[in-house]
Amino acid sequence: MPKYTLNINKTSYDVEVAAGTSLLWVLREDLGLTGAKYGCGIGQCGACTVHVDKQPIKACLLPIEQFTAGQEITTIEGLSEHGDHPVQKAWIEAQAPQCGYCHSGQIMQAVALLEQKEHPTRDEIKAHMNGNLCRCGTYLRILTAIEMAAKTKNPTS
Amino acid sequence: MAKDLTITNKINRRAFLKTSGGVTLFIGASGVLPVLVSCQDDKKIREQLKKVPVTAWVQLWEDGQMIIYNPAAEMGQGSMTSLPIIFAEEMDADWSKVQVEFSPQEADIYGGEGWAPGTKLMFTVGSRTTHSYYHVMRKAGAQARYVLLNTAANHWKVPIEELSAAQSFVLHEKSGQKISFGELVPLLTMPTVLPDFTEDQLKNPKDFQLIGKNIPRTEIPAKVNGTAQFAIDVRLPDMVYGALERGKLHGARPTLLNESEILAQAGVMRIVQFDYAIGLIASTLKGVLDAKKLLKIDWSTATSSGYHSQEIYSQYEAIAAKNQKGRVVTEIGNMGEALRSAHKTYTADFKNDYVYHAQIEPLNAVIQVSKDLQTAEVWVGSQQGGDTKLGIPGVLGVPPENVNVHLHYLGGGFGRRSMTDFVVECAVLAKEIAPLPLKLVWTREDDVAYGAYRPLSLQRLKATVDANGQLTGFSHTVIGDGGNLVAGGVKNDHYDIPHQFAEWRETNHGIRLKHWRSVGHGPNKFAIESLLDTIAFDQRMDPINLRRTLMAQSPKALATLEKAVAMSHWDAPSIEGRAKGVAFVDHGSIGTGICEISLDRNSGAIKVHHFWIALDAGMIIQPNNVKAQMEGGIIMGMSSVLKEQITIVDGQVQQSNFHDYSLLRMQEVPDSIETAFIPSSEKPEGVGETATPMVAGAIANAFLKLTGKHLRHLPFTPDRVLAVLNG
Repeated sequence: MPKYTLNINKTSYDVEVAAGTSLLWVLREDLGLTGAKYGCGIGQCGACTVHVDKQPIKACLLPIEQFTAGQEITTIEGLSEHGDHPVQKAWIEAQAPQCGYCHSGQIMQAVALLEQKEHPTRDEIKAHMNGNLCRCGTYLRILTAIEMAAKTKNPTS
Repeated sequence: MAKDLTITNKINRRAFLKTSGGVTLFIGASGVLPVLVSCQDDKKIREQLKKVPVTAWVQLWEDGQMIIYNPAAEMGQGSMTSLPIIFAEEMDADWSKVQVEFSPQEADIYGGEGWAPGTKLMFTVGSRTTHSYYHVMRKAGAQARYVLLNTAANHWKVPIEELSAAQSFVLHEKSGQKISFGELVPLLTMPTVLPDFTEDQLKNPKDFQLIGKNIPRTEIPAKVNGTAQFAIDVRLPDMVYGALERGKLHGARPTLLNESEILAQAGVMRIVQFDYAIGLIASTLKGVLDAKKLLKIDWSTATSSGYHSQEIYSQYEAIAAKNQKGRVVTEIGNMGEALRSAHKTYTADFKNDYVYHAQIEPLNAVIQVSKDLQTAEVWVGSQQGGDTKLGIPGVLGVPPENVNVHLHYLGGGFGRRSMTDFVVECAVLAKEIAPLPLKLVWTREDDVAYGAYRPLSLQRLKATVDANGQLTGFSHTVIGDGGNLVAGGVKNDHYDIPHQFAEWRETNHGIRLKHWRSVGHGPNKFAIESLLDTIAFDQRMDPINLRRTLMAQSPKALATLEKAVAMSHWDAPSIEGRAKGVAFVDHGSIGTGICEISLDRNSGAIKVHHFWIALDAGMIIQPNNVKAQMEGGIIMGMSSVLKEQITIVDGQVQQSNFHDYSLLRMQEVPDSIETAFIPSSEKPEGVGETATPMVAGAIANAFLKLTGKHLRHLPFTPDRVLAVLNG
């Protein structure tokens, strides 16, 4: 089987998997980075959202051969050392998750938004988060958490 | 030397004080728990022995740290916090020192109230967890406190009656002595008898320190840093992967046409024949899923062959029209007399398409069967069941104690994980490949097509009024497959209507069906609440006034109605283009929901702007979490009411993934969902399924007010809304 080198959470990983294996399966089954979740496999639910060079992507859609060692992949495990990224702290403050399964993806999607835009409007948040499904219906708390994180992360002068 | 021991109830209770050899005994109210630590690692044994069991429900360290065991599944409803809070409250534990873990899956020790009096059950269903465990946890917590007080009494040689406890300390006020729970650990002595605490011996609710406070949920930090373990996250050395192709025709039998081609695929290890599926085992997840796609299968016909879900309603109407009774659920007064003497009779049919659970974690499990096929380790997210070993002993032909279930967080349950089909499948495959551990994964496509849906149903309702427009009779006929799955929620316990009749008329289509959050309450409360507004609309009455009259004998229900009216400013005119609608639901807890909607008359899209809920759930353990349940219940309700639909053509399920089975998304959420509680000191009631059934009735009633037209077929998709508008 072919070998690939990936740069994930600032660590270099060598993996040997069949060509065409999705980044999601590699992360979860080969590397044990199980924070990104499988939900649909067709990019419809967003549970597998990770960052590639700070851009949110759906890890279920992209085969491993599309990645190079020069690309920085960040998963929820690498977002902060102690689970204390401002978005994660806001998530706890808002008591956002219920079952929690989709929330790694929700958080990664939200972090990418706040990297691009310091103070998104509510409509901008909704549009940005529209690709991430939550069956428990925690959307309103996710909105609250993102607004809280925007305030603490980027205090207005 | 550590060794496996099977402890029986015969063992001397004092033995637990002298534990050695790596076995820790847990003393429970019902005796000695026969399962526990047994390991070869001396260091781990010493670590284990540092914690001392107080009762089966709690372990305590000398530094005061403790673990409280949660007997219920955690699927987002907050059991990992609410049940331990109840325990810690009675134990007088310092909450900051509490960790929570799942209890062993042993119903004799950890069961809550079963269906029958005196029985015990570990089954996280029906929104009954807090209700059924409330007294169990209080009593267990009080017993743990008693053990500690008893130890302190012996230590200080004072009567136990002179002691009190607070914040993980035992106090002797007379002498001013004080000792922490942790300091009591090395002194611990077990009383010969643990008192059976009754309600009046427990803490007075006005003294509660934890219950009713907003305490953050214990498992949320792990859910925001990616470490929360769902069964699908489990990885074991040498683990292999399983998948099944179950087709789209429920109950069809497969014949595999290309066995040798499949076995020749890289990594494929086994093909396993099921009655309803072809199972595969391969060395990688990609390998097993790729091979699954290559399967060529000839499917037999099944009961559902020839069944077309969207064409069945005309047959249901014919069944409804038949002059014969089905299974009678309610009969109060004489509905026939009400119909004969009615000043006016209202009749309407309500239709409900199939809906699917769509929990975001697809079904999965990991099982390792021992080489001799006599024992199994199981990692699973399950709502548990009457059989806490989830059917695996039957697959292996071994006694239940040979199966060890490691319960994991559930990535959504909603009723689907109260079935054990996926666990049994995993056990069959794991047995084939023993002793290798096997992870079974259902793809989303598998999860949709081989779902077990909320049944399709038709409700024919008739209501009679007298000359003053007062309701005299209410008749409710449900037609559909699935018994209580369709017939639940037809009773009107809080409406004072002299003549009432409800019945279920059975159909059977061979489609797999299961409890789906709020079960029959969804379709049936939709029908009931909609018909009430139909009457109010025709009688030019305020729908609130109509319900006020009906709730005259139920002050609790009326209190929720009045509160919701106040919260929503019902009497104030809505913004132009918007309207409010109301619905009342009882499902353990009782509540009134009011929504405000607007309508895009070109597209047919309904927009929900606000939802207000007034809830009487008895004593509230975790207020913020109950609000979260209301929010989630409304969102899931909106999703099902506005969007979700499984359709069947010639027996074949037509949907396959989230592109053709749409769930509500972020851009469709209301601006707010507000919840208020009616203060109560009664026993807590379930809150997981009270909000969801409010949604359909409230939206339909708001739509009626806005347009004068009736939405009577779920889901209210834009095309259906347009058809009603233009009809």
